[in-house]
Amino acid sequence: MANSSSTWADGCWAVLRKDIQSEFRTRYAFNAVVVFAITTLAVVSYSAQVVGAGSRLLSPLLWIIILFSAMSGLSRTFVREEDAGTANTLRLVAEPTAVYVGKLLFNTALLAVLDVLIVPLFLVLMDVSVGNLFLFVVILITGSASIAATATFVAAIVSKASVRSALFAVLSFPLLVPVLVAAVQGTEASLRGASIPEGMPFVRILTAFAGAMVAVGLLLFEHVWNEA
Amino acid sequence: MVTLEIQGLSKAFGDRVLFKNLNFRVESGQCLVVTGRNGSGKTTLLRIIAGLVRPTRGRVLICDENGVMDRSRLRRNLGIVAPDLVLYDELTALENLVLFARLRGLDGGPEAAKRTLEKVGLCERAGDLVATFSSGMKQRLKYAFAIQHSPSVLLLDEPTSNLDEQGVDMVRRVVSEQKERGVLVVATNDPEERSYGEQFLHLG
Repeated sequence: MANSSSTWADGCWAVLRKDIQSEFRTRYAFNAVVVFAITTLAVVSYSAQVVGAGSRLLSPLLWIIILFSAMSGLSRTFVREEDAGTANTLRLVAEPTAVYVGKLLFNTALLAVLDVLIVPLFLVLMDVSVGNLFLFVVILITGSASIAATATFVAAIVSKASVRSALFAVLSFPLLVPVLVAAVQGTEASLRGASIPEGMPFVRILTAFAGAMVAVGLLLFEHVWNEA
Repeated sequence: MVTLEIQGLSKAFGDRVLFKNLNFRVESGQCLVVTGRNGSGKTTLLRIIAGLVRPTRGRVLICDENGVMDRSRLRRNLGIVAPDLVLYDELTALENLVLFARLRGLDGGPEAAKRTLEKVGLCERAGDLVATFSSGMKQRLKYAFAIQHSPSVLLLDEPTSNLDEQGVDMVRRVVSEQKERGVLVVATNDPEERSYGEQFLHLG
């Protein structure tokens, strides 16, 4: 007989695995995110060459690409369940927090894949040299985790609404302002070669934000998910 | 020993009252058949029992020897077959059942899932995507989903819809097994399906 914590962890893993399997077969979120990211990257890199973007502009441009690409795809993990009618099936069998954590892990993995695809392309196309690579990567990871945590919770809230896309953006952007500010400033610092202690305040803000969003999600998700 | 007890249950959508002050009790070994015209609230009643819809008033108590089941225990002890229940089209039948087994914390893995598929006559199509299934096969898969954890409470909404004769035989077997195991609630207007019941509730 499995104990409750291993059953809960199995549930999280089962939801994540199911979402990955579904995504591999349908490309429901991946296509939206990657096509949006590549299109935006192409437009930004072309415009930056024409206008001549300074180093201070590179960091916001990178986060604009990541954020808007994420917004186009991260809500789909819950929206797909509601649209297909499988949300009630999940409600019947799964612990709500296992669903939340599974979806959060899926969105984090999706954003990690996006980062791996987009960031090297961005650095090459925009001819960016990174002064402090370690800090750059840490800011990227914590910033992406914050976006994934926020987007997952907001996606669960809006998934039952009729105007989901608009609501998702309206609810997400105010929440993501502190993330964007810290991520942009931290990335800018890493590009100009700031030391680790100099970049740590941004890492702390992003880590704390991601932690707070996950905690809020774990505490409130059951009420959002089971509201009927 | 499981009992399903409904106390003062009412449901309204705005001004439209579906049912008011329902009271009944079903015990292990019994089947409650719910009948009524279309839109009388049969499906909504089953969804309330399953915890998918909140009643306007009243409560549903499902008890066993350990007391009243909370939501978490209910998930492991309740099965439902309903027209609006949807399984994952992009997964195979076997993948669907393995997923639900893991979410329910069941042991046995794919082998146990295959045995359940065998019970509903889908073993040969275990590796096929659900998207390729006919309506009848999807209905059989819903039965596999509903009975894989041997639930103590089973809810069947229009139990034989889309099923062929062998499918109807399968439903009869499920009904008789469930009556040995616990409580059964069937929502139907089919005269033959009414014969499953020991108790009857007419809505509307």
